[in-house]
Amino acid sequence: MSDLEAVMAAEGPIGQLQEPKHAGKRDKPRSLAGDAWIDLRRNKIFWFSAVLVVIILAMSAFPSLFGAGDPRDCALSRQHAPASGNAFFGYDFQGCDVYAKTIYGARASIVVGVLATLLSGIIGLAFGLSSGYAGGWLDALLSRGIDIVLGVPFLLAAIVLARRLSADPNSTGIVAVTVTLGVLGWTTAARIMRSAVITSKNQDYVAAARMLGAGPGRIMMRHVLPNSIASFIVVLTILLGTNIATEATLSFLGIGLKNGAISWGIAIAEAGPYVRTASAPLIWPSVFLAATVLAFIMLGDAIRDAFDPKLR
Amino acid sequence: MFRYIVRRLLQMVLTFFGATFIVYALMFANQDNPLQALVGEKPLTENVRIALTERYHLDEPFLVQYWYYMKGMLQGDFGTSLTGRKISEMMAQAWPVTIRLAIIAMVIAATIAVVAGVISGIRRGSTFDNVTLVITLIILSLPIVVLAPVSQLLFAVKLGWFPPTAGANPTFWALLLPALVLGSLVIATELRVTRSSVAENLRSDYVRTARAKGLSRKRVIGVHVLRNSLIPVVTLIGVDIGGLMSGAIVTEKIFNIPGVGFNLFRGITTEDGPLVVGFVSILVIVFLVVNLLVDLLYAVLDPRIRYE
Repeated sequence: MSDLEAVMAAEGPIGQLQEPKHAGKRDKPRSLAGDAWIDLRRNKIFWFSAVLVVIILAMSAFPSLFGAGDPRDCALSRQHAPASGNAFFGYDFQGCDVYAKTIYGARASIVVGVLATLLSGIIGLAFGLSSGYAGGWLDALLSRGIDIVLGVPFLLAAIVLARRLSADPNSTGIVAVTVTLGVLGWTTAARIMRSAVITSKNQDYVAAARMLGAGPGRIMMRHVLPNSIASFIVVLTILLGTNIATEATLSFLGIGLKNGAISWGIAIAEAGPYVRTASAPLIWPSVFLAATVLAFIMLGDAIRDAFDPKLR
Repeated sequence: MFRYIVRRLLQMVLTFFGATFIVYALMFANQDNPLQALVGEKPLTENVRIALTERYHLDEPFLVQYWYYMKGMLQGDFGTSLTGRKISEMMAQAWPVTIRLAIIAMVIAATIAVVAGVISGIRRGSTFDNVTLVITLIILSLPIVVLAPVSQLLFAVKLGWFPPTAGANPTFWALLLPALVLGSLVIATELRVTRSSVAENLRSDYVRTARAKGLSRKRVIGVHVLRNSLIPVVTLIGVDIGGLMSGAIVTEKIFNIPGVGFNLFRGITTEDGPLVVGFVSILVIVFLVVNLLVDLLYAVLDPRIRYE
């Protein structure tokens, strides 16, 4: 639930209205967030993706709610057995329940995705805020840093870094993948934050606050940050989707999660060689992975449209 | 322009050394015992150990090892992979395949993206436009690990339209499905950029002038609008190259195409350090060079852009 709430909560502090729900009343001046919320409420894509996100988050938090059996209860005697009342999607090569593995696979994706996005968010926020607010040589230095990270193809860097970090043969690789994605993925967020900060620091209200004697810390936290965070949050929502996709890709390549971790990427890689005999172990993790990534990207897209109608 | 090129080349050299150093350091620094990894379980005799240590400069400091590696690389010697093959030889076999795959992918993607992008740019808000927007959104969010195996299953195994895997000397037909999969990585962004720049250019003054002097609609769209709308699409090629590289690793593995991505994948899974470093370094160079070329091409296509 935390992501959806984070996105919702982000809408609050942008304007002065704390409760955008009441913004519909005609006589009240509406804030940017209020406007956006009214737009979002009418957007079918928003509701579709929001419901999907809630289901996926519930799946990762309480997999047993979905009636899935034990994903590690495998028996070779059931190899590639067809779907039945016990296993809705049938069994895979090792005789594991595909439905249970698919449901339990959501947790790894969400945990890695959310943590990596948070890490990227923190780095991006620090870089973007300081670079945009300070300007001058610090800005030049930090921008070159962003350029260098952007100069290396993402997956190549991720392959090398993830392989290095997961050298310990006994780890499941969750920390390694999270750090890899977090350390490499912050550049877009930082750039967006930087330009948003530059726009809002030249506004009249910042000058007014400065004239009233507010220090740089207060201006940054109370005035610049709340007014430039909207597009930042949107970028992070989309990043969450791509992080989940990259985690699956790394796990597929054998350098992401491993050692018995349950992940959609591993399931797709394992099912690949047997598609001629059994396609269900390939199809279902693929469908769930695609739906998860789609949900987060659509959610980010819908929120961005609502906040910035010009882009449509 | 000349000064700009020189500056960019200098920047490129810096990025290249930075990137290869990081890759090299991550692959080789603090390795427990590379010689033991090479021989496996068997005990290593003292003589062999000394000989190998000398041959691979393992007793030298790390920076010196990097220096030896770079020196060899600039002379076209990438060392040998752990399987004993020369890496430069493997590259000579792998690159033509990957280049063919990438060219097919980019041609297909660009054709579809430009045609569909122009149509939806002209008819903004129409059914065609809305449908393409939804389709591009779906394509954007389909990870290649999903798209490649599922399309292989659907179009090659179930429907039998394409050969499921390509093999050693792939034909055009065998490369078509992987190229479509690879092209889908870039088609969505290209289409969206074409669409928005067509829509923007349609509102511009020179288009109104062209219409006012009585030019046919075909000529206005085909010459005046299209030419100006394709400029941002060209710049996307530079960004796309990075995406194509990532996609090629997964696509070539799944469709069994013996290209760069396939070798890289094998290097990763067999923990073949020299192989991975060699291929990644070359890919970084390609990425940097293509991006430079695209930036220069941008200035040629659009005379309004001047690099000082």
